[in-house]
Amino acid sequence: MSQSYNRGLVEDFGRWKEFTAGMWAWIFHKFTGWMLIGYLFTHIAVLSTAIGAAGDTAAIQAETDIYTTTIQGLEELFIVRVLEVGLLAVAVFHILNGLRLLMVDLGIGLEAQDKSFYASLILTGVITVASVPTFMKGVGF
Amino acid sequence: MSTQQQEPETQEAPEDPEMKGAQSPQDRRLAEKESGAIDEESEKKAELEGETVHIKVFRYDPEVEGKQEPRFDDFHVPFEKGMTVLDAVIYARDEYDSSLTFRHSCRQAVCGSDAFFINGKQRLACKTQLSELEQPVRIEPLPHQEVVKDLVVDMGHFYDQMHAVEPYFQDEDTPEVSDLEEQHQSPENREKIKMSSRCIWCGACMSSCNIAAGDNQYLGPAAINKAYKFAMDDRESEEIKEHRLRILEQEHGVWRCQTQFSCTEVCPKDIPLTEHIQELKREAVKKNLKFW
Ligand code: HEM
Ligand code: SF4
Ligand code: FES
Repeated sequence: MSQSYNRGLVEDFGRWKEFTAGMWAWIFHKFTGWMLIGYLFTHIAVLSTAIGAAGDTAAIQAETDIYTTTIQGLEELFIVRVLEVGLLAVAVFHILNGLRLLMVDLGIGLEAQDKSFYASLILTGVITVASVPTFMKGVGF
Repeated sequence: MSTQQQEPETQEAPEDPEMKGAQSPQDRRLAEKESGAIDEESEKKAELEGETVHIKVFRYDPEVEGKQEPRFDDFHVPFEKGMTVLDAVIYARDEYDSSLTFRHSCRQAVCGSDAFFINGKQRLACKTQLSELEQPVRIEPLPHQEVVKDLVVDMGHFYDQMHAVEPYFQDEDTPEVSDLEEQHQSPENREKIKMSSRCIWCGACMSSCNIAAGDNQYLGPAAINKAYKFAMDDRESEEIKEHRLRILEQEHGVWRCQTQFSCTEVCPKDIPLTEHIQELKREAVKKNLKFW
């Protein structure tokens, strides 16, 4: 008689120290993909305030309409600026690793799939750091 | 052979209650020996004789009362240069505990019967040098397969998946006997399928695959690789290749692969599994896009 010794999903992911590049790339790609979807909806919600602001030319000129005040209110917040840097990091990684996955799908350079993952990570880091002065302008930078 | 061997010690119960072994008569006896005579003396002897390797082996046997709860047993095996993990478990079985159960045969990475989960990775025990591993070396049965006893897992499902891709040459039109008695393959074509033909059915890849773990119907890397060997063989006709691709492009076929590369990472025969799966995906798309 055999019996299941099921170590289950929790244990699979509990072994994260033993993950190799391809597995990390997969996890990060899922994560960033869904973060981008999440951002998309938030983005739509914020932009939708423009509907309420439409038509009132005087308020728009005076920059007191609901859309302008919402955007300005958000951009004043330090945490929003930090989140923007995070969004850039997530998007850049998703794009770079997406290109890597495209190559993997085309069967190009599969021996170097781990190196291309590390390259995506490093490039993402560099671009993110380089973006900090721009995103943080006016809030301490 | 030295007569003074260290007795196996049972491991202190791990924190995980799942792993805690019930107290069996054997446990008790071992505990007595441990407290009494395992002693510095034999330990010193072992040191004098040379290094020992500390292995922790998964034990489980649904038919023995004291082993129904999975646990780990510790063995200290005298180390010799060039010793593999398989050598160590064989030693432990022959010298310490004859009930320790595992499959092995060729001892040279040919038969594929001794893939275990060693220090967190699927490896072929006979192909894994102890000197490369951190101690204690943790040896478990392959994950995602039912455990029959100790390190022995039920390979039935794996074999079912292998057979599902019809892993045999099936061309109706064998050449005229008068003409040719053999079906020759071009050297180029042989080269193309060379790596895929190295599979030894060890099941390491299937066990490492996160997708196969969650989807029991997924063909898995080994079976897809097996299908690759035949689909890419020029000697089979186009219709048979199409038939093969139809099997592979089903819902639980090639498209389940998420290119995590886990299988390629663990395959003891270095088969580029992901590469083969990806190529079959492209072949399947090409077949369906063909409008000319
Ligand atoms: C240049 C930009 C982009 C590229 C190159 C790209 C590339 C890819 C690729 C290749 C995949 C498939 C991954 C696989 O093979 O498993 C994927 C998945 C995904 N992408 Fe993108 N993507 C881009 C932009 C976006 C954007 C803007 C969003 C969100 C609004 C997004 C959301 C997702 C999601 C949710 C998934 C699925 C993740 C999952 O498997 O659960 N991507 N992307
Ligand atoms: S493909 Fe490699 S890992 Fe998978 S069964 Fe064959 S030899 Fe083992
Ligand atoms: S004993 Fe045959 S492959 Fe290891």
